[in-house]
Amino acid sequence: MSVTQPPVNSPEIRHLDPVLEPGHTFASVTDKISSVVLTRPLGIGWLAGFALTFTIVNVLFISIAWLIIKGVGIWGINIPIGWGFAIVNFVWWIGIGHAGTLISAILYLLNQKWRTSINRFAEAMTLFAVACAGLFPLIHTGRPWMAYYMFPYPSTMGVWPQFRSPLIWDVFAVSTYGTVSLLFWFVGLLPDLATLRDRAKKRYQQVIFGMLSMGWRNSARHWHRYQSAYLLLAGLATPLVLSVHTVVSFDFAVAIVPGWHTTIFPPYFVAGAIYSGFAMVLTLAIPLRKAYGLEDFITMRHLDNMAKVMLATGLIVAYGYFIEFFMAFYSGNKFDVFLAEQRLHGPYSHFYYALILCNILTPQLLWFEKVRRNVAALFVMSLIINTGMWLERFVIVVISLTRDFMPSAWGRYSPTFWDYSTFIGTLGLFVMLIFLFVRGLPAIAIAEMRELVEHEGHSKGARS
Amino acid sequence: MTEHRSHILHGIMGEFETPDELLSAAKKARDAGYKHIDAFTPIPIEGLAQAIGFRWTAVPLITLIGGVGGGLTGFGLQYWCSAISYPMNIAGRPLNSWPAFIPVTFELTVLGASIFAVVGMLALNKLPQPYHPVFNIERFAGASTDRFFLLIEARDPKFDPAGIARFLQDLSARHVTEVKDEE
Repeated sequence: MSVTQPPVNSPEIRHLDPVLEPGHTFASVTDKISSVVLTRPLGIGWLAGFALTFTIVNVLFISIAWLIIKGVGIWGINIPIGWGFAIVNFVWWIGIGHAGTLISAILYLLNQKWRTSINRFAEAMTLFAVACAGLFPLIHTGRPWMAYYMFPYPSTMGVWPQFRSPLIWDVFAVSTYGTVSLLFWFVGLLPDLATLRDRAKKRYQQVIFGMLSMGWRNSARHWHRYQSAYLLLAGLATPLVLSVHTVVSFDFAVAIVPGWHTTIFPPYFVAGAIYSGFAMVLTLAIPLRKAYGLEDFITMRHLDNMAKVMLATGLIVAYGYFIEFFMAFYSGNKFDVFLAEQRLHGPYSHFYYALILCNILTPQLLWFEKVRRNVAALFVMSLIINTGMWLERFVIVVISLTRDFMPSAWGRYSPTFWDYSTFIGTLGLFVMLIFLFVRGLPAIAIAEMRELVEHEGHSKGARS
Repeated sequence: MTEHRSHILHGIMGEFETPDELLSAAKKARDAGYKHIDAFTPIPIEGLAQAIGFRWTAVPLITLIGGVGGGLTGFGLQYWCSAISYPMNIAGRPLNSWPAFIPVTFELTVLGASIFAVVGMLALNKLPQPYHPVFNIERFAGASTDRFFLLIEARDPKFDPAGIARFLQDLSARHVTEVKDEE
């Protein structure tokens, strides 16, 4: 059963790569994905990568320890630039997380079969990115042990958080997002954990996966409720992901600071989030499929589709940049006009030009199929876009704060060693978690891949 | 399982090789009047839950309750904090400035619904449940790879081990085994 034949060359599908290379059966997809976790020995590449990223995580720990000892003064922030790297990195990381939810929830609702082989690690990426993001506002408070002040709890002072402030909305949005992403990820993992339990040969694996899978036994009743819950979670995560970056953009847009106080921010932030998130999925997927021989599952079709999503969201972001300028001049507000000119000619203008180069000009190469089908080019492109999106947040946060309404309140910002070490530290944390994830849990959704085998077999009419 | 322990019969299980075989066997078992049937498959199969007589699930209702509860809690919390517990006049704005309360209300609606959906799904499935008699069958591990199982439980009023074994074999089940439970 479920032996798929090479795809029939019907005119509609001839030009498309398959979402799953032909010839796979239930057993072959299950074996191939679970063997990465269960039997494959740790290679020198994995060990070296883990050691390197673990070292960088220690840099993060040292940076945070020093921050707690000395206070936020070790960073380059000061009035008027109170936000600096911490908020730049926060927005960048949380944006990266959004592609995971988009792939797992929105593409699921849209019945896009190609999402199947990338959704699991995209969701893991979301979780790890949200963890890195959440760290920044926390340590930016300077006293992270007092962070519970942000939650409404009955204190002896009798006061409550200011619920009219976007910063409090952010607390609720990001914590809800983290929780729901974790739930969604775990629910998706449940049948796969049971698969690993059933295939595990070593005792410790049987015990660990046995406990994690909670006794899932693939019963038709269980599947029925499971599918219902999964669909509902996808439906809930869809508006959630849009709301999270909208709320993040409110942190800026609700303020009256020139360059921030614009209504284009929510949609343009959401598009930018998806843009950078897909870039990060590509940054991770390209080495992953190569290292573990998963080219059959993450095919050129996936890479091509992701490149197209980047192209589309990149154009929305470009439109956002254009509207920012247009509105500044159309409004005639002298502060807005001045800020627009500062972006082009001010002390940080080189960041702005680098941003335009990374986010708008270079990605236009994705119009060409040759580029979309060149794995190395896509990898480089994904790094460029991630850099560009980081620059975008730098431009938004820093330029507006350095050029406030009064020249007497103008200032300059230059990040210190500790700004860089904290940022690089979170990059290390993110990659280290990805390293642990690909060897500890199935990086591709096994049960969903079996469904894909079944579906592909049916649609080609080739299943025996 | 060791031999000297006493066992009770949990049911008779047949193994099938394709989803279609299992689906038609499930329908026939239902037509033959069996009530307590379960099926185990490596992928969710459309129509199988209905074929074994399971139609309605409470998961959507539980999710709705969680969402409504979360939303009311979210708005109630903000209203109570801002208008009752510690009213503060900020720039003459109304204490119940409801438009500003929408984001948190929305987030808590989603949070409540999601937690209820997941916990509700697990609770209705009676998970976590580390032990179940079907795990005693060695070949059952195949249910998470490429085998399809149909189980007719001993509590079925029409239960008759020999008859069911024959019935399953007639439906082209490859292996028919007794599922035993420890007493």
